[in-house]
Amino acid sequence: MADPTIAVIGAGPAGIRATEALAQHRLPVIVIDEAPKGGGQIYRQPPDAFRRSPSLRYGFEANKARALHTTIERLASAIDYRPSTLAWNVWDRQLDTLRAGKTEKVPFDFLVIATGATDRVLPVPGWTLPGVYTLGGAQIALKYQGCAIGHHTVFLGTGPLLYLVAYQYAKAGATVKAVLDVNAAAAKRRALPALAWSPSMLAKGLYYRAWLGAHGVVVEDGVTPIVIHGNGGVSELTYRRAGVETTLRCDAIGLGFGLKAETQLADLAGCRFRFDRESRQWLPERNADGESTISGVYVAGDGAGIGGADAAELWGERVGLAIAARCGRPRDTTRIATIDRQLARLAHLREGLERAFPFPSQHVSTIRADTILCRCESIRIGDAMAAIRVFDVIEMNRMKAVTRVGMGRCQGRMCSAAAAELLATESRQDVAAVGRLRAQPPVKPIPLPWSSPR
Amino acid sequence: MERLVERDRPSLEFSLDGAPATAREGDTILTAVLTLRRHLAEPRLGDGPRAGFCLMGACQECWVGVDGLPVRACGTLISAGMRVATDRRSPSG
Repeated sequence: MADPTIAVIGAGPAGIRATEALAQHRLPVIVIDEAPKGGGQIYRQPPDAFRRSPSLRYGFEANKARALHTTIERLASAIDYRPSTLAWNVWDRQLDTLRAGKTEKVPFDFLVIATGATDRVLPVPGWTLPGVYTLGGAQIALKYQGCAIGHHTVFLGTGPLLYLVAYQYAKAGATVKAVLDVNAAAAKRRALPALAWSPSMLAKGLYYRAWLGAHGVVVEDGVTPIVIHGNGGVSELTYRRAGVETTLRCDAIGLGFGLKAETQLADLAGCRFRFDRESRQWLPERNADGESTISGVYVAGDGAGIGGADAAELWGERVGLAIAARCGRPRDTTRIATIDRQLARLAHLREGLERAFPFPSQHVSTIRADTILCRCESIRIGDAMAAIRVFDVIEMNRMKAVTRVGMGRCQGRMCSAAAAELLATESRQDVAAVGRLRAQPPVKPIPLPWSSPR
Repeated sequence: MERLVERDRPSLEFSLDGAPATAREGDTILTAVLTLRRHLAEPRLGDGPRAGFCLMGACQECWVGVDGLPVRACGTLISAGMRVATDRRSPSG
């Protein structure tokens, strides 16, 4: 039997490890990645003109970053590696891709979707002002461009990334005005037993926080953001804590409330989704091998459910080994058992993180009605709510039809988490009952004109 | 945006809405523009200027014109002689 065609979408931790496992079994792999260099967002490599050492760029994770970069470089000649390429549709066991202005169809027998995640954001009055960026965006500015998002930066939201990025900024010489966590300190104390599943992770988290405190950075828990002020750009942030309002002068804000899986391609592939209570988001269903409900279509890494970079590497390898076995290679049961044990441990840690930094869904219905909900179409919360009432909307895609929330160029990536909570509150339903936005090809805007395939 | 580290990269010239401007090798278009001024795009829907948001190709807020074609500023490196247009009224856009 001729070897099947295997396509891997994404060259982050999951995509690279899946590719490595497949290549070790001498299976041909096509790797499609939007970035010009491998590493994904977490281990994003800077352009050639930058020469800073990986240890300065990636901190404690430098060895992991370097190992992944070396792996994809080593594999590049043995596989069909297509960087700077967007997979923009999946249909009938074929991908549609776009590279350097040319579209190409890529038929596959097996597909690994390792599309990663983006920041999960929530609206704050004034959040469209220049100077407000996602937390992940703030981190990319530093590691990919050597820049801070501003001269006086505040980090606002929740999640482990909040403290990590603030630490990285301060360490690189940026002025960090404050780190403001919407979750209370009590949530973190409750999560301690679960976080203890990874002493090194817990130690790092405590270290970042302690370091920030020792260097005079204001670190506060239980914060409610009130408004971002500015004219042509951020100039102040007002927040409330324990009944007291505080206004800080700042020119940039890094905003993030955890991560959200990039699931559009899994949706277009026809995978069945389930609502994950713990992370409060819709995720493609998968079995122990990482296979979705569509035969031959596998999901791995944060794009299959937020688990972090270490879990993504393990899931990538796990999926690669599973596909190799499906292709007639011996099933490496020893390695699979080891991976499954490690993944189980990381799942406990994840539970702890979700408990320490829960998505502040209760906060959404208290955001001022004149706040922009959909950044693409500048639709305000109050207008969307009015339309929901007038049209008796109870489902996300209907909401999109009558309000245009989610219909803009980001296809709901930046607004759907908040939109779902608002619709659930307004229609008095559980957030799982309002459903999720259907993905549409192309999953990202494609500039026209592109040339037709030959 | 503030240049924090590795500021000594070679400089290069480009044009921004028809005016000469200077960037560094390895800058994205977004970095090149936002280290010169605070906003990237002129108001589209009348609610104030924007300056990108996610920096990872998800939010789609940083599309600009380069030599007459649309590109995402956060994922496109600047090069010498590029004509970057952020204002729809600009002749090079």
